Amino acid sequence: MLVFLLRRLMQACFVMIIISVISFAIQGKLGDPVQQMVGMSASPAERAQLREELGLNDSFISQYWRFAKNVVHGDLGMSYYYKEPALDVILKKLPATLELAFCAIILVILVATPCGVIAAIRPRHLFSRFLMILSSIGLSVPVFIVAIFLVYLFSVKLNMAPSFGRGQTTEVLGLWNSGLFNKDGLSHLILPSLTLTIALMPVFVRLIRAEMMEVLQSEYIRFAWSKGLSAPRIYFLHALKNTMLPIITVGGIQAGTLIAYTILTETIFQWPGMGFLFMDAVSRVDTPLISAYLIVVGGLFVITNTLVDLIYGLVNPTVRLASHGL
Amino acid sequence: MNLLSVSNLNVSFRLKHQDLAALIDISFTLNRGERIAIVGESGAGKSVLGFSIVNLIGKPGHIESGSIKLENKELTTMNLRQLQEVRGKRIAMIFQDPMMTLNPVITIGDQLVETIRSHTKISYKDARNIAIEKLHHVQISSAEKRFYQYPHELSGGMRQRVIIASVLLLNPDIIIADEPTTALDVTIQAEILQLLLTICRDNGVALVLISHDLGVVSKVAERTLVMYAGRVVEEGPTLEIINDPQHPYTQGLLNALPQMTLPGQRLNQIKGNMPSLAERPTGCAFHPRCPYATPRCKQEQPGFIHSGESSVACFMVEDMLSEFADQSDQEVNE
Repeated sequence: MLVFLLRRLMQACFVMIIISVISFAIQGKLGDPVQQMVGMSASPAERAQLREELGLNDSFISQYWRFAKNVVHGDLGMSYYYKEPALDVILKKLPATLELAFCAIILVILVATPCGVIAAIRPRHLFSRFLMILSSIGLSVPVFIVAIFLVYLFSVKLNMAPSFGRGQTTEVLGLWNSGLFNKDGLSHLILPSLTLTIALMPVFVRLIRAEMMEVLQSEYIRFAWSKGLSAPRIYFLHALKNTMLPIITVGGIQAGTLIAYTILTETIFQWPGMGFLFMDAVSRVDTPLISAYLIVVGGLFVITNTLVDLIYGLVNPTVRLASHGL
Repeated sequence: MNLLSVSNLNVSFRLKHQDLAALIDISFTLNRGERIAIVGESGAGKSVLGFSIVNLIGKPGHIESGSIKLENKELTTMNLRQLQEVRGKRIAMIFQDPMMTLNPVITIGDQLVETIRSHTKISYKDARNIAIEKLHHVQISSAEKRFYQYPHELSGGMRQRVIIASVLLLNPDIIIADEPTTALDVTIQAEILQLLLTICRDNGVALVLISHDLGVVSKVAERTLVMYAGRVVEEGPTLEIINDPQHPYTQGLLNALPQMTLPGQRLNQIKGNMPSLAERPTGCAFHPRCPYATPRCKQEQPGFIHSGESSVACFMVEDMLSEFADQSDQEVNE
């Protein structure tokens, strides 16, 4: 277990270094920060001086080294716009995004699993066919269209759910502004989390269905039938446990897609999270904020995938053995 | 009453454009405690027959007609719930490849206990005791430890022992073993076979052994059914079939066995291959490969000729018998 964790930690460090290089490299490509800071009024000499003071004339390597040292100390630079440490700005918005993603993930798991299983057990049933058609549509329609459609239907026409903002939030343990604990906050969660769910679900329904159909063909399932076990036990224990192994891995990778979709979803629903902030940062060319976002998201991605690998090890006994170094 | 009686069983695979017959007109009986073998090449329909007894033929296979009776209960018309009561409890199955038969993500113990608990109301602890007792019974070392292990921690031979323990859990009347030793290496094969034989003999369990290995069959089974292209072609006491095979196909199978007494010779083989389901020849399906085939064999399906406890479906045997009868008639007349 320890060996496994250490190995994962080394991989994570390596990934983070690459992410930091990329997020640093794009800083120089997104327009001139001096231009952004001093505006039109400064003279060329003043600009050159500022450039020298900011260390922008140093070599790429030494600039990156300075950046990396700061990052390790938790300093991701100052946001040009907010005039605050970029990391603080992002961390303030993190809870909103995490709550949104969390709701979407729970919904995906709760809906995609039974749908995929049913579609695998009864592939010719009308419901399964309907599900497959629906998931094809879901896969091919872009997220923002889904979001706009949901807003039109539920907010404009039916007036059932609010279409923007996060609503009322309550403070939890003094460090988290949560919308999960009051009615207004929850009602604001409905449409954005539904949008994310619709975006992610088709992949999982199809994946679970395909995996499950393959598992159902295997000898151990036939053996389970020959033992006279009940159908629910065979489907939901014997088959599903084996089906979930590859799905867990894909789930971790899909976390990246989820983050990408939060940018779009948050923008459409004016959801005050990291994705919305990122879009703002891009339009303001707030480069420290952009690279801080990339590093935070990269970190989240690495953490989720490490967790996913740990979960995989818990479900799959053969992996557990390997982690003992046997 | 026979423990199991299969009569005129027809099984086919329903494809888009045609029905392919996999089993044609199969009839046999099995008595309590009796051990029979079903032999034939790959594709003869042995496994399909084994699976169809407990209605476990994979789609698109299904029972077309005929009856399978366990004592007086008809198995072919049972619903899933009724079948579940028969499966495992009265008729248990052992599969070919022990590496594929156990669920890789569930412990050995849980796979044993669930079998007991889905048929009888019993506490986990009691079920565990039965399971460990059966593991001891199949000579698994440190059974208590194995109980908590996963299948991948056991060797192939060990896993087949676990599977045998698993089919013994509910003291079934019949064990259907589909090539139980084929996937194991030769030294283990004999051990497993001996174990299976002892267990059936000691507990009075009837055995249906599906195999292509006549050597294996001769050690275990009292009676043998030889199958070719979905039909039984010869049936009788194993010793008679091995010492005096009547059907040319059975003769071919026996000739193909390596003989220790004739070293340095090429092995005999039956020319050609078993036809696929879609290309079954007319008449006797074996005629294209049969050295004694006559024009009649191409057109008509031979019926069974019974002599003593054996029966065989072959025109050659029929002709020989009638010639023999003619001769004895003449002798009487003279």
